[in-house]
Amino acid sequence: MNQQNPLKKAWRIASTLLSVYYAYMLEYRAELLFWVLSGSLPIILMGIWIQAARTGDFTLTPVEFARYFLAVFLVRQFTVVWVIWEFEREVVEGKLSFRLLQPLNPIWHHFASHFAERFARLPFAFILVALFFWLYPQAFWIPDIGQLILALVVIVLAFALRFLIQYTLSMAAFWTERASSLEQFGFLFYLFLSGIIAPLEVFPPVVREIALWTPYPYLIYFPANLLVGLPVDVGRGLLVMLGWSVGLYVLYRWLWRKGLRQYSGMGA
Amino acid sequence: MSAILAENLSKFYPVAVKEPGLKGTLQHFFRRTYRNIKAVQAISFQIEPGEIVGFLGANGAGKTTTLKMLTGLIHPSEGKVNVAGHVPFQRKSAFLRKITLVMGQKQQLIWDLPALDSLRINAAVYGIGDRDFQRQVDELTEMLSLEGKLTQPVRKLSLGERMKAELLAALVHQPQVLFLDEPTLGLDVNAQVSVRDFLREYNQRYQATVLLTSHYMADITALCQRVLVIHQGQLIYDGSLDGLVDRFAPCREVEVELAVPYSHDRLSLYGDLEAIDGRVAKFLVPQESLTRTVAKILSDLEVVDLAVTEPPIEEVIGRVLQSGSVV
Repeated sequence: MNQQNPLKKAWRIASTLLSVYYAYMLEYRAELLFWVLSGSLPIILMGIWIQAARTGDFTLTPVEFARYFLAVFLVRQFTVVWVIWEFEREVVEGKLSFRLLQPLNPIWHHFASHFAERFARLPFAFILVALFFWLYPQAFWIPDIGQLILALVVIVLAFALRFLIQYTLSMAAFWTERASSLEQFGFLFYLFLSGIIAPLEVFPPVVREIALWTPYPYLIYFPANLLVGLPVDVGRGLLVMLGWSVGLYVLYRWLWRKGLRQYSGMGA
Repeated sequence: MSAILAENLSKFYPVAVKEPGLKGTLQHFFRRTYRNIKAVQAISFQIEPGEIVGFLGANGAGKTTTLKMLTGLIHPSEGKVNVAGHVPFQRKSAFLRKITLVMGQKQQLIWDLPALDSLRINAAVYGIGDRDFQRQVDELTEMLSLEGKLTQPVRKLSLGERMKAELLAALVHQPQVLFLDEPTLGLDVNAQVSVRDFLREYNQRYQATVLLTSHYMADITALCQRVLVIHQGQLIYDGSLDGLVDRFAPCREVEVELAVPYSHDRLSLYGDLEAIDGRVAKFLVPQESLTRTVAKILSDLEVVDLAVTEPPIEEVIGRVLQSGSVV
């Protein structure tokens, strides 16, 4: 009954999880539009920074600011992660038990549901981008194909890194009822250091240098700059992303093993 | 080799203790005190392959905690446990393929999608080939009378259909050992009967081992020859269901219809008076003095009708669970 080829089996699990969770996300047609719109903060900040660039002395021109924040909007759409709230609920309500009874690490369910959701929100995000260019045609640009492919790869890595950060924090749910408070605290750093509020160019050099060693700029600023074609250190960026990903993965595995000893399957 | 083996299995939990009121709340915030709860204390039993065993106990007696240890969801604090040849909490893939846990109050199916989608995930995760999967789903669908229901969103199913679909999802990988925690919870009588029939048929067809907890005694009496009784974390009985009734209920119920009403005090002279309803009185009489008592009632009182019955099993079990001892 069991299939022997591990690669074939992994492919079957991945494709089944993605297709089922894609169908699950498509159940929420109206909600998807609101979820996309709820990530419009960069569009609001764009207006502020364009105005500032017209009157002040900044490294970016108003059009560059417009493109940057549009790229931030797009990158955020594809790196949104909410796994800590899901995981916390599963631990607190004992729903994790069903996942633990299956011979597949629960992380793959969570990862697949997030990944599949990207495809569900894709059309909405592109409609909004088209609308933006229609309203502000000066900002329109077509990225170089090589640059675009690199940006897409980095966006996928950024999503994986953001997921790993939040999943590692989720492990706190084994010890505390509200692990999401850690994410809410961490969100401050994410908001400030990732480039959502302002591109790192406008930060003081010391702050920028420190920020570039944290994972945050690589979640938004780095892929957004690649998409727009603004200068970034690609090698360093990829290395820092890889370093953080490996470190977080090791930490997550360690916490997972410790946490399972702590798990009591509450409410189940 | 036993399908399930537990030796001196224990589980202790630290539980935060909070006094009521503002003072208690502030104390709880600044300095938490914990109490060690002994949820399960040194229980030992073994279950052979193919057996269906009822696991009885009041709420909070330690049934679910034991099931969680047997399925590897939680680590035991002390003792040894072996299920289907594996140590459960190591959660090896080979072990997880051999067992399943059904919880009546929890669901694994994705709420907004048809059950078939959740089943497809299970098939992929357990590595069940397409043909085997289809055959298994068809067979279980027929046994559970779920035809046409698996393509409807789970939220649109009735409670009984949902529970059956949960059973199907839990059994699609043909586990050898089934842990069932209140599988008929909240179901109407017909749905309870069909779930029971299904479990009996599944056990016979696949020679599966079943450990079942239920508050519905009909589930236990219909399916289990043997029961384990747990009280405050300790195993107080392991044996046949009949043996439990004989040992704990060496009494018979005597129902008497009287020609005229008698006072409570007067009737109490003949045994443990359970109830009086007008001219009908119910006594609980020890078996050894049954003949003598019945003769005395017939000679002393004006009796229209008299019947002697065994007390209902629910009552017997209820008393065992309440008192925590088997006489």
